[in-house]
Amino acid sequence: MHDRLRAGLLIAPALAVFLAFFLIPLGYLAVAGGAGGYSAILTEPRFLRSLISTLLVAAATTAITLFIATIMGLFLARVRFRGRSTLLALLTLPLAFPGVVVGYLVIMLAGRQGLVAEVSMALGGDRIVFAYSLAGLLLGYVYFSIPRTLLTLMAAAEKLDPRLEEAARSLGASPFGVLRDVLLPGMAPAMAAAGAICFATATGAFGTAFALASRIDVLPMVIYTQFTLQANLAVAAALSFSLGIATWAVLALARGASGGAAA
Amino acid sequence: MRRGIGFWTGLCFTLLISAFLILPIFASVIAGVTVNQFVGISSGLTTRWILDVWANYGGTVLLSLQIAFATLVITLLLGIPAAYVLARHAGVTARLIEEALVMPVAVPGLATALGLILAYGAVGGLRSSWYFILVGHVVFCLPFMMRAVLAVLLAIDLHRLEEAARACGASWAQRFFGVVLPNIRGGILAGSLMVVTLSLGEFNMTLLLHTPFTRTLPVGLADAYTALRTEMASAYTLIFFALIVPLLSAMQWVVGRLDQQRGSR
Repeated sequence: MHDRLRAGLLIAPALAVFLAFFLIPLGYLAVAGGAGGYSAILTEPRFLRSLISTLLVAAATTAITLFIATIMGLFLARVRFRGRSTLLALLTLPLAFPGVVVGYLVIMLAGRQGLVAEVSMALGGDRIVFAYSLAGLLLGYVYFSIPRTLLTLMAAAEKLDPRLEEAARSLGASPFGVLRDVLLPGMAPAMAAAGAICFATATGAFGTAFALASRIDVLPMVIYTQFTLQANLAVAAALSFSLGIATWAVLALARGASGGAAA
Repeated sequence: MRRGIGFWTGLCFTLLISAFLILPIFASVIAGVTVNQFVGISSGLTTRWILDVWANYGGTVLLSLQIAFATLVITLLLGIPAAYVLARHAGVTARLIEEALVMPVAVPGLATALGLILAYGAVGGLRSSWYFILVGHVVFCLPFMMRAVLAVLLAIDLHRLEEAARACGASWAQRFFGVVLPNIRGGILAGSLMVVTLSLGEFNMTLLLHTPFTRTLPVGLADAYTALRTEMASAYTLIFFALIVPLLSAMQWVVGRLDQQRGSR
């Protein structure tokens, strides 16, 4: 009993902060939308359009990132070379970059003075600029998603049993067959967990679109403009509460499905 | 490993993606110390932009450091006891509390910030003080501190350590400060580095919580990206990198050491 009281006292401060500064604000947010806010986001076509483009951008980001990170994870899990750990450290560096910095790096890469533009001109072509288009936005999203998924997929690739692959190969499976029937099924749980993190992060991402001043109206940008420029608090609250519940649900489902592999 | 076509494809692909992730960082760093971005690096190197940025935006760097440090102290005080309780109790209630406490990570910062403004925006002078940003950062960073400490608490044999100390007549305070804390140093360090890194880079929440008098580093960066010339924006980004990269490297080193220890145990 004494033990229980102490446990309660020790965890109470953290719970109090959670209640006062997260749960209660979330409650305010849920209510502030009002009937008007929630019906507006369901009936006005521009909010529906923004919702659809956000989901499409997040889905495309997830697909591209999983494709890249799975190949890199499989490769990096199998090779050992000098500087491997340095390379891994560099590849996970962008984890600590806020979305705005990622947006700026996309401009450094694909903006008017960007690396792609310089290279394309040096090769005698036109100045290629795509930082502010859908391609630029996707590039930024993939940029911050790769470091978030790579380590999970690499760890999964390291846990694959090499004997299964040997067996498949000695039974005459082609390299593609090995990939399809042995490697990918073995990595599927990690891919689901990493994909969910990727999807949820991309849905809620804001800084990158903000820095690129992108023409694509992703949901967080709409929330920001509704709140600051239009002072439309009801719609901003309704949208952000729905968005928050949705990203939380995606992550909770993924965690349940993967048995705790998803953060 | 057989170096067939699969190896070379994998190598080229990995190098290409690494270039995509790393080259823009270098491009930005170089632009920050180049005399004239239009001419390129042949125009010479300079620290002028960095000094200019410091003169105009130095305050944002200092405020960010202040908030990060305060966030660290608070998350240490709240997170370590919470993790300790969660590690010692296996029941459903403990798991539900754990699930609830990590929720702020899953909800976009924009939503949390909007909720905070709705709930406390009109309370006294809170809205215009840096405490408002601090509150947001604590809510967002606490789960990371808790999880880092919890991971180490679950990896060590906490129960047996405590029992041994208890058998020797140690009081609870002696056990907690003399046995538990020294054994989870690594987790506390990893969590601390994580919290400071996250707080320094937090943007989604801070953009809504800040006022013109409480601008943090990332908020200042966003402003610089739209208002300043490339050299200045890059120099400002360079200052951010100079703060964040050593922290992240230290964190990777600590986490690597922890994994090694766990592996050899």
